[in-house]
Amino acid sequence: MGAMTVAIDADVCVIGGGLAGMTSAIAAAEAGASVRLLSHKKSTLRQASGLIDLLGYTPAGEIVADPFDAMATLPDHHLYQRIGEQAVHDGFDLFDAVVGESYSGDHTAANALVPTYGGRIKPTARYPTMTAAGLASDRSPVLFVGFERLTAFDAPYVSASLSSDGMPAPTRGVTISAPGSHRPDTRLHRLVHALDVNESVSTSTGSQPIRDALARRIEPHLESAQRVGLPALLGLENAPDVRRDLERLLGVDVFELPMGPPSIPGQRLEHQYLDALDDAGVFRTTGNPVVAFDADAGRIQRVYIDRNGSRVPYTASQFVLATGGLVGKGLASDRTALSEPVFGCHVPHPADRAEWYGDDPHTDQPFARFGVAVDRSLKPCDDSETPEYDNLRAAGGVLGGTDVTMELSASGRSLASGVRAGRLAGERSN
Amino acid sequence: MSDTDDTSSFDPVTVFEPTEQDLRSGSDDCYKCSTCDSVCPVAAVDSSFPGPKFQGPEQWRLTRKEDTEIDDSIMGCSNCMRCDGACPSSVPLSQMHNTARGAYVEQQRFASDAVAALRSGAFRRAASIVRDGVADFRERIRNRLLANYYTAGRFASKLPRVANAATNFGPTRWLLERVLGITSERSFPSFATQTFREWWADRGGSHVENPDKRVAYFHGCYANYNTPAVGKAMVRVFESFEYEVLVPQQRCSGTPMFANGRLDDAKRHAETNVESLAEAIADGAAVIASCTSCSMALREEYPELFDIDDIDAVSEHTYESLEYLRHNEDLDAVLSESSGDAEEYVYHAPCHARNQGLERQAVELFSSVDGVTIEDVGDSCSGISGTYGWKTEKYDNSMAIGDPMFTEMEAAAGEQGMTECPTCAMQMSHGTGYSITHPLELLADILTDDPSASSDR
Repeated sequence: MGAMTVAIDADVCVIGGGLAGMTSAIAAAEAGASVRLLSHKKSTLRQASGLIDLLGYTPAGEIVADPFDAMATLPDHHLYQRIGEQAVHDGFDLFDAVVGESYSGDHTAANALVPTYGGRIKPTARYPTMTAAGLASDRSPVLFVGFERLTAFDAPYVSASLSSDGMPAPTRGVTISAPGSHRPDTRLHRLVHALDVNESVSTSTGSQPIRDALARRIEPHLESAQRVGLPALLGLENAPDVRRDLERLLGVDVFELPMGPPSIPGQRLEHQYLDALDDAGVFRTTGNPVVAFDADAGRIQRVYIDRNGSRVPYTASQFVLATGGLVGKGLASDRTALSEPVFGCHVPHPADRAEWYGDDPHTDQPFARFGVAVDRSLKPCDDSETPEYDNLRAAGGVLGGTDVTMELSASGRSLASGVRAGRLAGERSN
Repeated sequence: MSDTDDTSSFDPVTVFEPTEQDLRSGSDDCYKCSTCDSVCPVAAVDSSFPGPKFQGPEQWRLTRKEDTEIDDSIMGCSNCMRCDGACPSSVPLSQMHNTARGAYVEQQRFASDAVAALRSGAFRRAASIVRDGVADFRERIRNRLLANYYTAGRFASKLPRVANAATNFGPTRWLLERVLGITSERSFPSFATQTFREWWADRGGSHVENPDKRVAYFHGCYANYNTPAVGKAMVRVFESFEYEVLVPQQRCSGTPMFANGRLDDAKRHAETNVESLAEAIADGAAVIASCTSCSMALREEYPELFDIDDIDAVSEHTYESLEYLRHNEDLDAVLSESSGDAEEYVYHAPCHARNQGLERQAVELFSSVDGVTIEDVGDSCSGISGTYGWKTEKYDNSMAIGDPMFTEMEAAAGEQGMTECPTCAMQMSHGTGYSITHPLELLADILTDDPSASSDR
């Protein structure tokens, strides 16, 4: 019986299908390599807000106006310092090319201030054009509109919270009932789909397209508002049309507030990245985890994915590890230690578990910086700072050393390290 | 953290002893991100369907209480299993759905409850059980009929011409719709005048003997009764690589039974399949399926739902046909040096192929063949999901789910459809009028130049 002896070969094999992995794969392909992207699950972009942060706060906790200015003041061990400002520019250039006009923010080096569904103001480098009319720096009056039984977005709360967080525009929030009758459990997805295809819904005045019905319900609350903010559910494929129709019907600007998972802007971004991977000629295999590898003379020879107990080999001359951090399961932890489960790369961390956490949950947390340690060419290193494998690089959430949650730099880290790791892998494989 | 601050003295304890096929751990792993709901094709179009997160972990928890029954909406799940591939926490959603659906159908069997209520003197309760039961009766009979396509196919194949005339005869369809709720919008698939197994027996079985390279073909119901050309293509392709093909005794893989909550029926069929496939595996064969729902069932649903001797061996040794060749022969190299008739294909990846990690396989392999162009029509579900789209009350949802696929197919350059799944093929053809082929058929045309091939088809 055949034991899966023929491996599928590519110049570069990228493991992990999130923002860093997809960016690496595109960068490697652009460097002329044939690329295989192995991903266990659907892309984690569905879990992401769709906002692309570069650097929102300094490690000292000060809000950042211009991320490139602030970058120069970061400590030497910070990833941006280690791989250089050019990698950050390259990462954002690649991102801008993937998303085209569907994103805004590339006209300036400065951060934009975007209101979130939690009622806070967030400094970010790129934001969906669907969100552009909502910037907190704009002084025109806003009406936030939420929906009954869509509990993740409470418009009156968001309005009050943004005002107290310093948003200069006059704000109001109302909760209306959404057109159509949808079960609460999957209301979000039903609404997204119904708006996307402009489904017909029955209302007290007969049946009409849902975009019209929605505009009618918002209109009585408009008063002096010049913009209307809604939770990010205005369609998927046809989102720009949904926004345009609502703006035409209401006569004011309409914008979305990015939401938590499952995120519709994240899903739109995922589609754009998948198209970009296809355009770059990247081969994708999705649905099974990488569980083992063979190495020889300090080089990874092949990795194996698990198919219900049988192992399927993939070979490449260069590998990129982009499996994510603790939440993305690119790092594993138990009560005694942390590990990187695919290649067993060294993950620096205190032996005493009590030192993994800070006493106050809101201050510095050592675990937030856990991850593999890399050299300047992004090769994971052992505890004596020697590269573990000559043909392995790491990118994105699996990298340690930075508290990206406090800094708001997770996407920037993925883009900068993704493009650098992918490009180096692509060049070395030729 | 006050007097328990000393973490060094804190030892983990096991609160729940895990048991075989226990779903608690799956339920505990759900952190309510709702990503599963975002990929559910039914939840996107059906306002009454609460989505996989409810059907799986939430319903499992709710029904731990004895007086809570499985919600009726479980029958709205089409068993596409896309939620499995989306869950970042590896919650076994489809296993939970299959288990809940099985329990729901079990509780629909009302007669014994009614008798018990009568015996205890609860006449009103007995009457209400009977009333509810009669209302469900039509649905149960219909679902049972659809789930047991194997049996229908077996009878129809005895007199295929009569069956073909009768099943698509107007008044028959009117009756099926009115009495049983099987939509008359679709044409029934036609039954082959010679089944795959009849052809195999006529041909005298395998033309290759090779103890070192053996495969056992799981043709399933459809390639046997309806599209034997797919099975014949499988034989041509594998024999061209000098494999000895075995065609073991087999029954339905269970896919339509899982989808209709008929776990008892599925288990009966699974027992036959596991026994004969395990025997072939012991003889050195790998199990090859041409239908991706069959391979999905043998690989994933069997060990998740049943405890049968050798079931894990069958799961581990089952492959989709092209997948197996690709990893055991240098199929990529062979194809990149081959040429095929100039044809433009529009390919749809079935949900069950997607869940096995095979969504790009056909496109990757055939793109390298000189003359052949193949375009992927995107990640939409076709909407038919086996028996789902055949139910009158589900037909409109089925077509709404399939709409993006139809649109993409029409926008694509080619007009020759391709997919691995027989019911996706029905839906593709129903929505666009295109004829649909299986990757094995194209592969056979590319790789084999057999003059007898035309008589094989």
